[in-house]
Amino acid sequence: MSSTRCAACKHLRRRCPSDCIFSPYFPSDNPQRFAYVHKIYGASNVAKILQDLPVNRQSEAADSLYYEAHCRIKDPIHGSVGIITLLYQQIYNAQTQLSKIQAEIAVLSANAQTESKYQQQVEHMPNFDANLLPQQKGVYDPSTWLYQNGL
Amino acid sequence: MKNQESRSSSCAACKALKRRCTPNCQFAPYFRSDETKKFAKVHKVFGASNVSKILNEVAEEQREDAVNSLVYEAELRLRDPIYGCIGAIASLENKMVELEHDLMLARARLAFCVNQPSSFLNEHGNMAPCVYDIPVASGMVEAFNQNSFSFDQFSHLPFI
Repeated sequence: MSSTRCAACKHLRRRCPSDCIFSPYFPSDNPQRFAYVHKIYGASNVAKILQDLPVNRQSEAADSLYYEAHCRIKDPIHGSVGIITLLYQQIYNAQTQLSKIQAEIAVLSANAQTESKYQQQVEHMPNFDANLLPQQKGVYDPSTWLYQNGL
Repeated sequence: MKNQESRSSSCAACKALKRRCTPNCQFAPYFRSDETKKFAKVHKVFGASNVSKILNEVAEEQREDAVNSLVYEAELRLRDPIYGCIGAIASLENKMVELEHDLMLARARLAFCVNQPSSFLNEHGNMAPCVYDIPVASGMVEAFNQNSFSFDQFSHLPFI
């Protein structure tokens, strides 16, 4: 009877037991997957991480370990932390832009409201010439009224 | 006296590994003797020999950055054994999507208001309520844990 060893047991050159912790997550048809995690974490550390988790979460843990190992192999200095740094920078830039646009909207709205208030006051300004004789019209300066009403 | 001196100057790595810390110890520049927790984290996740191999692959002037990123990665993995750094990346990606959406709305509103200033005002010339609330993102996402997600969302990120 021959049984197929998982990628981990093949790599480690050992028999693959029926309850091998690696075999569900490191199939023999993807040797690179285990090679990467073994290079960065080591088989025993990977086994410890997986064993400490409930069975239904082990697959996700194996995936994340592979992704991080892959990142670290491609970028030994920063690994996946390089992606985190990049994202923080992008978020900071986006927040700055958003604040700037909101400030511009606030200024425009303040200006629009001021202008509207002025227009309303002008429309309701008293007719200073209403009771004057024709030759007296234009004598009273409306700008004084405007000034006194804060316009 | 000589033994006491070598013990007191042992780096955190050699203390943890219970070995003599030599003058050219690879870990000594990055794990001071009082930084035992820092080394314990990377040792638990990566193992001392793997850390040593990673540092050997990196130019000397970049090793401090490498150690710092390993410590950060180890810390995230210990905090979230299932997703590690990937949880943080997922949260930040979601935050970025929200911000891009907010930016799109804000830009559209600004463009509309520049062209039609009266849009700010209601029929009485008073401030109209904003059609939609565009919150300013108040800070970075703190929680890195997630219940579950698909790794497909990382297909656009490098290394996938």
